[in-house]
Amino acid sequence: MVEPANTVGIPLNHAALLKDELDIVIPTIRNLDFLDMWRPFLQPYHLIIVQDGDPSKTIAVPEGFDYELYNRNDINRILGPKASCISFKDSACRCFGYMVSKKKYIFTIDDDCFVSFPQFSKSALRLCLKDCVVSMRDLVTVSVAKDPSGKAVNALEQHIKNLLCPSSPFFFNTLYDPYREGADFVRGYPFSLREGVSTAVSHGLWLNIPDYDAPTQLVKPKERNTRYVDAVMTIPKGTLFPMCGMNLAFDRDLIGPAMYFGLMGDGQPIGRYDDMWAGWCVKVICDHLGLGVKTGLPYIYHSKASNPFVNLKKEYKGIFWQEDIIPFFQSAKLSKEAVTVQQCYLELSKLVKEKLSPIDPYFDKLADAMVTWIEAWDELNPATKA
Amino acid sequence: MFSGYSCRYFGYLVSKKKYIVSIDDDCVPAKDPKGVLVDAVSQHVTNLENPATPLFFNTLYDPYCEGADFVRGYPFSLRSGVPCAASCGLWLNLADLDAPTQALKTEQRNTSYVDAVMTVPLKAMLPISGINIAFNRELVGPALVPALRIAGEGKVRWETLEDVWCGMCLKHISDHLGYGVKTGLPYVWRNERGDAVESLRKKWEGMKLMEKSVPFFEALKLPESAVSVEDCVVELAKAVKEQLGSDDPAFTQAADAMVKWVQLWNSVNSSG
Repeated sequence: MVEPANTVGIPLNHAALLKDELDIVIPTIRNLDFLDMWRPFLQPYHLIIVQDGDPSKTIAVPEGFDYELYNRNDINRILGPKASCISFKDSACRCFGYMVSKKKYIFTIDDDCFVSFPQFSKSALRLCLKDCVVSMRDLVTVSVAKDPSGKAVNALEQHIKNLLCPSSPFFFNTLYDPYREGADFVRGYPFSLREGVSTAVSHGLWLNIPDYDAPTQLVKPKERNTRYVDAVMTIPKGTLFPMCGMNLAFDRDLIGPAMYFGLMGDGQPIGRYDDMWAGWCVKVICDHLGLGVKTGLPYIYHSKASNPFVNLKKEYKGIFWQEDIIPFFQSAKLSKEAVTVQQCYLELSKLVKEKLSPIDPYFDKLADAMVTWIEAWDELNPATKA
Repeated sequence: MFSGYSCRYFGYLVSKKKYIVSIDDDCVPAKDPKGVLVDAVSQHVTNLENPATPLFFNTLYDPYCEGADFVRGYPFSLRSGVPCAASCGLWLNLADLDAPTQALKTEQRNTSYVDAVMTVPLKAMLPISGINIAFNRELVGPALVPALRIAGEGKVRWETLEDVWCGMCLKHISDHLGYGVKTGLPYVWRNERGDAVESLRKKWEGMKLMEKSVPFFEALKLPESAVSVEDCVVELAKAVKEQLGSDDPAFTQAADAMVKWVQLWNSVNSSG
């Protein structure tokens, strides 16, 4: 069993790559002491901290970090009535951070992710720390994973590689990522498709506690993911997937406006579907615009399981609703005229209102919130043309 | 129909068993990262016996294997999966690259053991390699068609495309009939055979044919009335002849071969 790393004494990487192009978005409700543990990796980067919950609580940020912090009062002040689209008392609030960021890349990790470096040489660490694009939530139980050789995985570096390399959504490569060292396109892969398309999203995975829903957690409380699958692959066009926000990076310029994490938490009938909802919207839009979504490496180490009974209460409506939501997204068609992410997203919101509202009035509210989100995004990002 | 690499289809034809495993003769068992010899047959059978999940991508790959499951957000109604029609394995050492790629990267060897089996999603096309493959003969036997022969087809894999064409047909028919195709484990260890640069000297028609095949399969819709595998092959052959026949005689020949193949299959297997 991997243990949390002792990162004391690890030198800062002053040459951290992409540090002027990446923001680390951290939603938090507790405290940020964990940032001390992440200091070697994160200090070179600008942090956007989104404080959920009680705004009168002061969140102390450890010294030396360059950050901007927004609590609920700030969100209300900045967005005015549009603040209604940002969830309260749910990690979905993190998408406010995406909206206010001015950088090209965002990376997000959930609040139960640690840095863990067992048997780790300092030089190996320095190599690992070169690139960091991370958005983490609390970072108390998500760790850096180990690859099969025992080396710590630099999740940030891998996400950057994934985002900077093309995707191949139109034809499945049986050797997975063809651009990776040691791999290529296999025999029979059409040459005209070998240039690939731009990558919008890099979806990473988790060792140890897997991202199961509550029923599965209840039935298999002891199951741990110990399988390190050494591959990155493009999810084919037309295929939907469950996007987990625990270890995720994306190109904000390419797909940012579609990364709305929906209405969850306080006052809402559902929780733990924020990232799922964003993922389905994002995939439909990426497919429409010819952008790629990758999944696979990097792994992080997920060390703390959330309470399955609490999860069940949050998710249970989602479990029923997803039976209708999935066919909806599978058949959603966007018009030829929708050529920007915002246009696609607004069309999608109309479809949500039309087709999903009959299931529950929640979807009517969600469709409205999707529109509000785009309005807020465009207001805060006036020059952005997705 | 049964010459070169395609001679194996004769074996598929006359077999009376439920599953077929087919491996090229330049492959030997691989070792997994722990140094244990991989039983490719056993892994293929496991893949074929367990359901496939083409309708929604599971990010933890095969949900039915030990230590894994469906992830949060995976619809429950899709968790029983569909029958698995084919299991496409992979290759360590010499991967199944085409001649231009292998000629460019003469020293490249595949050392990456990716410990996963996954279902290739519905409608996603892929190049199925005949080097290490298994299938459910009872379910989709006739769909593995020995049909496409490229001009100047040779005795090394780099100079053929019969398996890739067969795979495109198989995947399309599986998608139509609601079956799944898996890819990933098992690995075999593939050895040196032939010279990629030599193969490059010959004019390789395969590239052209693939470029034409892709839009064809992408747009193709088999009729609802095609409910058996044989029906599907016949309909597919018709479409190939109509839409691709004028592009290259190889396609016309393939279409004819597919029809003949179904007739042969039915007559040899008429007793069930």
